[in-house]
Amino acid sequence: MNASASKPSDPVPERNKEYKGVWILGEQRSAAVQPVSYELLARGRGLANRLGVPLSAVMLGKTGEAGLQELIFRGADQVILVESPALEHFLPEPYARALEHLIRKHKPEILIAGATTTGRTLMPIVAVKCRAGLTADCTHLEIESETGNLLQIRPAIGGNIMATIKSPLHRPQMATVRPRSMKAAERDESRRGKVIRESVPAELLASRVRRLGFEPAAADSANIQEAEVVVSGGRGLKKRENFDLIYQLAALLNAGVGASRDAVDRGWISYPHQVGLSGKTVSPKLYLCAGVSGSIQHLAGIKTAEHIIAINSNPDAQILKVADYGVVADLFEVLPMLIRKIEERRQGQRP
Amino acid sequence: MHIIIPIKQVPETSKVKMDPETGTMIREGVESIINPLDLYAIETGIQLAESRGGRTTVLSMGPAKAEEALREAVAMGCDGGVLLSNRAFAGSDTWATSCALSKAISRIGPYDLILCGERATDGDTGQVGPGIAAWLDIPVATYVSGIIEWRGSSAVVKRLVEDGYETLEIETPCLLTVVKEIAYPRMPTLRGKQRARKVAIPVWGPDEIGAAPDSIGLKGSPTRVVKIESPRVARDGDIRAPKDPADLEKAVDGIVAYLEKLDLLDREGAKPRRTETDGTE
Repeated sequence: MNASASKPSDPVPERNKEYKGVWILGEQRSAAVQPVSYELLARGRGLANRLGVPLSAVMLGKTGEAGLQELIFRGADQVILVESPALEHFLPEPYARALEHLIRKHKPEILIAGATTTGRTLMPIVAVKCRAGLTADCTHLEIESETGNLLQIRPAIGGNIMATIKSPLHRPQMATVRPRSMKAAERDESRRGKVIRESVPAELLASRVRRLGFEPAAADSANIQEAEVVVSGGRGLKKRENFDLIYQLAALLNAGVGASRDAVDRGWISYPHQVGLSGKTVSPKLYLCAGVSGSIQHLAGIKTAEHIIAINSNPDAQILKVADYGVVADLFEVLPMLIRKIEERRQGQRP
Repeated sequence: MHIIIPIKQVPETSKVKMDPETGTMIREGVESIINPLDLYAIETGIQLAESRGGRTTVLSMGPAKAEEALREAVAMGCDGGVLLSNRAFAGSDTWATSCALSKAISRIGPYDLILCGERATDGDTGQVGPGIAAWLDIPVATYVSGIIEWRGSSAVVKRLVEDGYETLEIETPCLLTVVKEIAYPRMPTLRGKQRARKVAIPVWGPDEIGAAPDSIGLKGSPTRVVKIESPRVARDGDIRAPKDPADLEKAVDGIVAYLEKLDLLDREGAKPRRTETDGTE
């Protein structure tokens, strides 16, 4: 990244005009369309409307009919589908070559993907091959009125700054978008669109990486990047067993379980749960944490949470400065009381 | 076995203080360190070189003082270092950076493995690792949390994804970006520090790596930063400091009310029970 603005005098290459349309890269797992695809459609629809161009969803690998239809209901004017056994699971080489092939053929002006393990691996490879500008992990996307360029807005330096980036001379303009930074597109069953089945030459689908197996995470609670609520614990929990309080509360709220680096380094919980600069960045509707002091690295991971509730016995804890609601008290008093109150409320409501 | 480890020198964000008035970062007096996520790549490289017999070369692009980062990696146990430093590289985005680093890697010579941190803690893109693999046209695996077996012409690795771990076999030479789970970084040793003081660190510019002027630096970068803003950090939240049990109860009722406001209470609770394998293995 660099901090000097492009000069207005930069000539825009003629060939840029050949590039038209907004693409989102959808994701499928076992032929089922993943929710991040619908968030991308919401983004893409806004950009396409602004530019007055069609919105396409690209799907690589077998995708069920219902899913293809759903992509159209949620905003795609067309779905570009490449089905091949080589694309069943994400593998960098066949995915990158297939996507590059489609880009060269159809020339989209904008291509956005989720900032997922797939998008963050695939997009840099394709950007190098297509000599395209790519911005990582954007939280906002806009169209610059005068030029129609894509403005890509993202947090950097641990969320301490927001940078606006554009790629004025290169096409497609590429960006990965942070999951959950936008609501999924609404479904509209009256929407119509078409599915274009593309084939990619077999030699492009070779891979020097083979997928030998998959071991699912022991619990859904580790998938904190897609969770609507994350309940997190830190050093204040004092020992491993006490993390049960966090799990209990998380279970009540159907939440993912997060942890500070301290808690992970002490072996109280595994690394996939770690929130922050050396762990995961989360954007839940609610981030509720107890016994987390709020180091700058931890705060970097929760800057895009919509709401933050913090429980900490230290009134000077940094986490209380970013909390929307905070309780300065012993978490061993607060958490059991909170769990009891939620349970009572639930029981009271049942007939 | 030859392992090349591209690293980055970054500001030590843990020491960064925020200006409470403006909400901006105070950068004065902030030290530079090796990107913390690169330490896992360095450690993994040293361990592999020790156990399989081989050597490690660290590579960095940056200002002249990025040499400190390379010497520190040598103090940890890396065998040699190369610095890419020249005004022509200034302003490089991830496209131009991965271009320059890939050309430097080709100049360094034959390698079996390139190890990168998952991303740098300042730019936070994670794009340079896969970008280098694209330039070199070698296979890549990202988010690698363990090397299960090194077979010579291939390796079997574990990759951390959203919903679990993939097991992948990858042909060599290849590039892996690694996550924290893979290794615990060692401290520099006294002997390492002595070696680090003496080791020659060549400094290369665009001529040494044969990089075309329009593929590096600002000129070679497709992206432009048009604006930088500092978002306000403090949220001016409602912070309760209960003084007695009645107060405490009210404060907790406040949490329940907040959950209700967000419409989070009337839903089926749920799956996340702690399981035997869910803790640290």
